[in-house]
Amino acid sequence: MKLLTHNFLSSKFLKGVTTGYPLLLVATQKEVKEHEFNADFVKRMLPKVDYTACRTAAESIGEAEGLPTEVGDMWEENEDFLRKLHRVLLEVEVTEGELQCPESGRKFPIKNGIPNMLANEDEVE
Amino acid sequence: MASKRPEHLGPPELFYDETESQKYSSNSHIIAIQAEMTERAMELLALPEDNSALILDVGCGSGLSGEVVTDAGHMWIGMDISLPMLNVAVEREVSGDLILKDMGHGVPFKAGTFDGAISISALQWLCHANASDQNPRKRLLRFFQSLYASLARGARAVFQFYPENSDQSELITQQAVKAGFSGGLVIDFPNSSKAKKVFLVLMTGGPQQLPKGLSEESGSHHVANAGRRTFAMASRDKKGKPSKGSRAWIESKKERARKQGKDVKESSKYTGRKRRRL
Repeated sequence: MKLLTHNFLSSKFLKGVTTGYPLLLVATQKEVKEHEFNADFVKRMLPKVDYTACRTAAESIGEAEGLPTEVGDMWEENEDFLRKLHRVLLEVEVTEGELQCPESGRKFPIKNGIPNMLANEDEVE
Repeated sequence: MASKRPEHLGPPELFYDETESQKYSSNSHIIAIQAEMTERAMELLALPEDNSALILDVGCGSGLSGEVVTDAGHMWIGMDISLPMLNVAVEREVSGDLILKDMGHGVPFKAGTFDGAISISALQWLCHANASDQNPRKRLLRFFQSLYASLARGARAVFQFYPENSDQSELITQQAVKAGFSGGLVIDFPNSSKAKKVFLVLMTGGPQQLPKGLSEESGSHHVANAGRRTFAMASRDKKGKPSKGSRAWIESKKERARKQGKDVKESSKYTGRKRRRL
């Protein structure tokens, strides 16, 4: 699972959960897979991405090195920043670990790079 | 008859087990059909040009449809209920990201995430209850509501599916409209039993016009001259693809080669012309 996906995932589908975001991330195994750098795509994604959540997630798996605490004003021109963001969002992958709902504490295991978001019929609204 | 539909045999997560997933993903006929339908679905999505977008693939399976999305220069996230299928996708090193999820429980993404959603041959699975506590009507509505929320404003969702009967497609459309979507069915080649393909095109925000389905006659509407009419019809075959040897066919072949990064000569006014006999 890429951190881009993590940044968009929410456990709101669970009964009684109002925002379910961001999911807590624990990684026991990670991998860096090369992904073609596309500056336009990163630029288009950043406004959608919750940067604080992204940085916290990167920190929790030890990949936040070089990421500023806040997005600067001139981020669109800063290629170095875009490349770092690209690496964190699209190249770093969590292969084994788990996600946890911040409200209900429900855990979703990640195996073989695939987060298991399945729930029982009585757990959803 | 009924046994021809896999959704009658049991829940998808059990039907697409290891052997079935392998079979499905290595069958060249299935691969070709899936790719063709995904291409059409992407066309119906009508994404703004020259922009790489983020696409949701519902029922992505082993990533056959995702590869077409990748080739078009977009990033995708796929969800499927069959773990063996997703494992095949991981093995095939697809460039999209994968999530194990039952679409009947809703799309697990925050609001406004995706620039579009596609789904190839998956929606019909949602019309069947595989456990006593499952209600297809509720599951469809829950799915469409969460999908509506996860799409960016103005984005579309295109589903190719195999409706069993008109009641089924009506139920699906009804639940989608209830969730706030506008749109409806686009049927390609409605008069052909073989080439007929049903697409549900759902749109968010603003009144938009539903695109037209392809038909045998499309592309030959406004040709006044009788001599040219035969020409226009000959350049497209029954499936609406350019016929072999025509200029359009050559152009599409060239475009394909260009996408694969091959060195391709520019077309000139002589491209695709017959040699003059002396």
